[in-house]
Amino acid sequence: MQRFQKVLILGSGPLKIGQAGEFDYSGSQAIKALKEEGIRTVLVNPNIATIQTSKNFADTVYFLPITDYFVEKIIKKEKPDGILLSFGGQTALNCGVLLYQRGVFQKHRVPVLGSPIESIILTEDRDKFAKHLIGHGIPTPKSKAVTSVNQAVQASKRIGFPVMIRAAYTLGGQRSGIAHTVEQLKQIVRSALAFSPQVLIEQYLHHFKEIEYEVVRDNFDNCVTVCNMENMDPMGIHTGDSIVVAPSQTLTNFEYHSLRDVSIKIVRSLGIVGECNVQFALKPKPENQTLEYYVIEVNARLSRSSALASKATGYPLAYIAAKLALGRNLMEIKNQVTQKTQSFFEPALDYIVVKIPRWDIEKFKGAEEKIDSGMKSVGEVMGIGRTFEEAYQKAIRMIDLDLEGATVKRLLKNGRSLSQLLEVPTPKRIFAISEALKKNTAVKKLYYLTGIDPWFLYRIKNIIDLERKVPKNIKKLRPDMLRQLKQLGFSDKRIGELVGTTGLRIRTLRKKHKIIPAVFQIDTLSGEFPAKTNYLYFTYNGSHHDVKPFAKHGVIVLGNGPYRIGSSVEFDWTSVNTAFQLKHHKKHSIIVNCNPETVSTDYDISDRLYFEELTFERIADIYDFENPYGIIVSVGGQTPNNRARALYAYGCKILGTNPKSIDRAEDRSKFSKLLDQLDIVQPPWNKFTSLQSALIFCQKVGFPVLIRPSFVLSGTLMRICHNREELTRYIRDATLVSKEYPITVSRFIEDAKEIELDAVSEDGRIITSVISEHVENAGVHSGDATIVFPPQKIFPDAKQQIHAIGRKLALALKITGPFNIQFLLKNNNVFVIEINLRASRTFPFISKVTGIDFMKLAVDSFFRRNKQRVLLNSQNSIAVKVPQFSFSRLTGADPILQVEMASTGEVACFGEDIEEAFLKGELAVGERIPTEGIFLSIQGEENRIEFLHSAKLLTRLKLPLFATEKTAAFLRENRIPAKTLYKIHERKSPNILECFQRRRVDLAINIVDLEAKKEIDDHYLIRRAAIDYNITLFTNLKKAELFIKSVSSKKLKTMPIKSWDEYLIHARLTEK
Amino acid sequence: MTGRLILQDGTDLKGESFGYQTAVSGEVVFSTGMVGYPESLTDPSYLGQILILTYPLIGNYGIPKRELWESSGIKVSGLIVSSYIDTPFHHQSTMTLSTWLMKEKVPALVVKDTRFLAKKIRNHGVLLGKIVFRHDIPFYDPQAENLVAKASRKQVTRYGNGRKKLILIDCGTKQNIIRILIRKNVTLYVVPWDYDILKNRLAFDGIVISNGPGNPKTVKKTIEIVKKAFEFKIPTLGICLGSQILALAAGGDTYKLKFGHRSQNQPCKLSNSPRCYLTTQNHGYAVREIPSGFTSWFTNVNDGTNEGIIHSRYPIMAIQFHPEASPGPTDTEWIFDYFLEKI
Repeated sequence: MQRFQKVLILGSGPLKIGQAGEFDYSGSQAIKALKEEGIRTVLVNPNIATIQTSKNFADTVYFLPITDYFVEKIIKKEKPDGILLSFGGQTALNCGVLLYQRGVFQKHRVPVLGSPIESIILTEDRDKFAKHLIGHGIPTPKSKAVTSVNQAVQASKRIGFPVMIRAAYTLGGQRSGIAHTVEQLKQIVRSALAFSPQVLIEQYLHHFKEIEYEVVRDNFDNCVTVCNMENMDPMGIHTGDSIVVAPSQTLTNFEYHSLRDVSIKIVRSLGIVGECNVQFALKPKPENQTLEYYVIEVNARLSRSSALASKATGYPLAYIAAKLALGRNLMEIKNQVTQKTQSFFEPALDYIVVKIPRWDIEKFKGAEEKIDSGMKSVGEVMGIGRTFEEAYQKAIRMIDLDLEGATVKRLLKNGRSLSQLLEVPTPKRIFAISEALKKNTAVKKLYYLTGIDPWFLYRIKNIIDLERKVPKNIKKLRPDMLRQLKQLGFSDKRIGELVGTTGLRIRTLRKKHKIIPAVFQIDTLSGEFPAKTNYLYFTYNGSHHDVKPFAKHGVIVLGNGPYRIGSSVEFDWTSVNTAFQLKHHKKHSIIVNCNPETVSTDYDISDRLYFEELTFERIADIYDFENPYGIIVSVGGQTPNNRARALYAYGCKILGTNPKSIDRAEDRSKFSKLLDQLDIVQPPWNKFTSLQSALIFCQKVGFPVLIRPSFVLSGTLMRICHNREELTRYIRDATLVSKEYPITVSRFIEDAKEIELDAVSEDGRIITSVISEHVENAGVHSGDATIVFPPQKIFPDAKQQIHAIGRKLALALKITGPFNIQFLLKNNNVFVIEINLRASRTFPFISKVTGIDFMKLAVDSFFRRNKQRVLLNSQNSIAVKVPQFSFSRLTGADPILQVEMASTGEVACFGEDIEEAFLKGELAVGERIPTEGIFLSIQGEENRIEFLHSAKLLTRLKLPLFATEKTAAFLRENRIPAKTLYKIHERKSPNILECFQRRRVDLAINIVDLEAKKEIDDHYLIRRAAIDYNITLFTNLKKAELFIKSVSSKKLKTMPIKSWDEYLIHARLTEK
Repeated sequence: MTGRLILQDGTDLKGESFGYQTAVSGEVVFSTGMVGYPESLTDPSYLGQILILTYPLIGNYGIPKRELWESSGIKVSGLIVSSYIDTPFHHQSTMTLSTWLMKEKVPALVVKDTRFLAKKIRNHGVLLGKIVFRHDIPFYDPQAENLVAKASRKQVTRYGNGRKKLILIDCGTKQNIIRILIRKNVTLYVVPWDYDILKNRLAFDGIVISNGPGNPKTVKKTIEIVKKAFEFKIPTLGICLGSQILALAAGGDTYKLKFGHRSQNQPCKLSNSPRCYLTTQNHGYAVREIPSGFTSWFTNVNDGTNEGIIHSRYPIMAIQFHPEASPGPTDTEWIFDYFLEKI
């Protein structure tokens, strides 16, 4: 085996749809595997919220864009003797391929470890790869790679409609679709070609089964398939958007092993060393009576599926793949779960897992709800059980949308008819299936409509059938019926609803009859060998416990559940760091989480992992079983925080701030009273149960106002209203207000700065607190904001006010643990918007840029161990956190920044000044420095005047400027030449759309005056076209100004290549 | 209807019946394979055994036509699963598992905590057990009996018409051994376990000794026949029980494992190479003492037990695992080719 000294690893950058937390998991495992071998690791990943970019992981971290330019510079500087490309998703792979093709690896003598790069390139070129497979006698769907719309039309004629369109070299099937007509084909191909030079037109495999295998191969040709998985949804829905089970349920031994053989054959033909994913389409009723299949995709790298397979089986795929890349033999690597056997084996499961995606499509204004071959989900959960029903109903609850199980109707209330919901796949379809079964629709008919294999439909029917038998009265609920319900995954709350009582009463009844769930290990070998594993789940299909409780040595840490808009990898970071820190207090960490993409659910992060629901019922079950020292609810985002009250009432010992204080901070009325008592100013607000009273209030305080419905129905979210009409329309249309569900209306303060205070407190005394500021003015959700540290535009006086308010609130609420306050700042007046008595989204960013370990301090505070206040040292660098959006994947979504959060991820980069840090950040989220032309459309005279300075800066770039009529006139008045373009709906030349299509511009700035009345929403069309043609777009004035300032003053070539260490200044300790 | 699974150590568990209601007793073993219940249930090596399947959902794809079974019918004495699925859906399915069990008069119970049972057997070793309904029956130890005599056929059958002629000694052979050999173009005479191949005037190039149930030491006649063949250095391939028989015939020794190997994921390392193969296994006995003239061919990486022996001079070899798979991975089918190349 060759010895390596230093290896470079490429991460995957910001989380986005199609490439999310799974790559934090795979990168972290790879780093661990390398460190064990004594190899120094250098990581490039600008995603500051990840665990892999934390201390104790990679030796050197670069928060820089994963582009060929920056990676080459890093190679030059670090001189690694190997590089790993397969742990950072498509981003790392694409970057690696480019570097290889440019000869960079050869020039700097850096070998690519693991699978040969030529094979990777082969698998990425669909046409060549199809030829390769056919050469090995392996069928692929009829297909043709095309580079123009005309070619596509020709190809589709040969293949026959319907056809599937896929873009090459993109992540998660972006810009893919199914076309039934030439018109549809043209539309999809045109938009796909904007993203990818090559598009594949292929035979559409209607209602084929979709099956995946995860294959591992070492340098000695030893090969195993760690797991197979079956999509419940048939072909046509992206596997990332499919409900997936492992292992496959409907395959015979012959089918299972025939496809397994083919997977291994493919992997051998490619010379893979490490991990590879193979996806098949399998015909349910083959013409030849034996087997009819097609290979539809091969990923020669770690993938979302491999992360799922790892969590589903307990086999640490990424860790193993990294070891294999170094040249190890599978037999040499110990089975990390049993600690007795080794890694050449295929896990045998004695349970079933069900993965369900989490979508947040309704959060995106205008986005299409339909799901198809392009991925749209933002996260996923995995339910584990010993019946399909148990795992499936668990997973439905894990999505965390208050869905109590498979039989709830809530999502079906508005909109489409049942048959539409069945035929057109959307996130609601599984509930429509239940509903149809309740109405006695035949399984055969459902199969015809949905293509979902009757095996699954019968299992869902089993749930419906049992629910029907439940008596209406709790007195008639017999213990054997209760047990059966639990074995099929019904929650106490749902059973309560059915018999007319509360979940808690069902819980009491169930415990009386000794119906309690069993704790089972996931041991990779179905009990054949004793396992040391700490990886656990609960089941009612069992009657013994595999482990003994930790009792007072254990502390439960509640994780964050599925990634979603607003809660993502940052809360995995906070959970993981909490678990690590517990060791210093001689406690065993017990993590509860249900998200297979996370590091917190990795096998060696905690002392015990419950891959379980974050529902009150399950947390209470775990608490009952473990009888721990305490439970931490403040490090996993809002979900665990929401459980605090019920757990406290149940008698759980909550570590940190008393839940009564949490309630005082989260109940707006109580919190408002507290602020008044403490003389802290807040924007005027009130709660209303009628439109009339709300209007009177608005008249008094003045428009604009911010509206928050108290009950978040899908599609009815926060909104700023600028006048009477808008408010009336919004409230009436959405029938938002009622006695039961009051709305909250607060004065929206315009042109105010938004500030974050992140802090840790112990018994009401602040241990540390740090201020950061938003680039955008208030009105943009803090999760979508560009955040700067240290703040650049806050006067010392305001800072003092902010810190003082922090101290007052910490004391008044007797805060122990992490918290965050959001402020508005206008004319040096400070307003408090809200407080969260939990770790906030900015904790990893703030911890990493200040060097103050916020989670350490937070955990120490739970044990009352903080001796000193921790103050900031002076900084000589600046860090900027930049959001990542995924609008390109959400057909129709309006990419404008607003009060509802829309970003899916973030990066942060350092620099000597804000422009440098920000520009790197923008490059890291995939934006480009313009080189072709710039399009401007600035609505409102005030906006135009403010923008003038930026417009002048733009002229330095010496690029052609294009603008809409009024903006162009304004620019010309100010002696800035600009070409006028017609609006999209005017359909005259030169038109904006044309200009975008022909790539005459590569930067678009569209600023709208929110107060202005909407005509035909041409601005929306402009923004959407910019996204669809992959043009860098800014919709916020402050952010656009900063970008222009940055690109006009910074050159890529002069940016220093510095690692995190080189920027970091350690915090100074002072007396408490 | 509920029945009870009673083990020798006093374990007594209730379970819903989904098979034929009749009491049986035998040796209780578990298998961890996730697919292939029709193949497993018809594997004659399970004769005399009550089988626990640790994969919890069984019955998913029904039962295919007889031609796809591993023998003429169900060979386990009884079946224990965690959940029985009565709504199979598959183009090959001809009936449900329950219907089949009824037809073949084999009892089967749903006992939820099959993991508990697997762990018990793992810790304790194989246990005798019984499935009972209304009336109790005594425990029965199948290992004392020559089960091969029960499992084997009574007459010689000829298959195929290839150039190479092989004898397959049927100790309870799985059908897939026959299917594969026919596919590899050999003339195959499948003979009863006690058929004296040297005395009878069959012309052949080599011998395959099949898998089969029970303790190899009870199969004395076959051992004698193989011993004679060994004296003539006739090319021989032993599979599973056949491997143990060859070892005994050549002067080696066998022993009973604590709870055997019954799964589809057993790693076997090829001696003097970095290669490892994933195999299907179903055996309770193993070769302890490698006979002289032989070397270890394969070793189990999990527990170090012998998984194959090969003669250093002659094409005489045996493997403890199942190269014919069915159920399980087909990674070692090359063993047949390797053997055929040598003769």
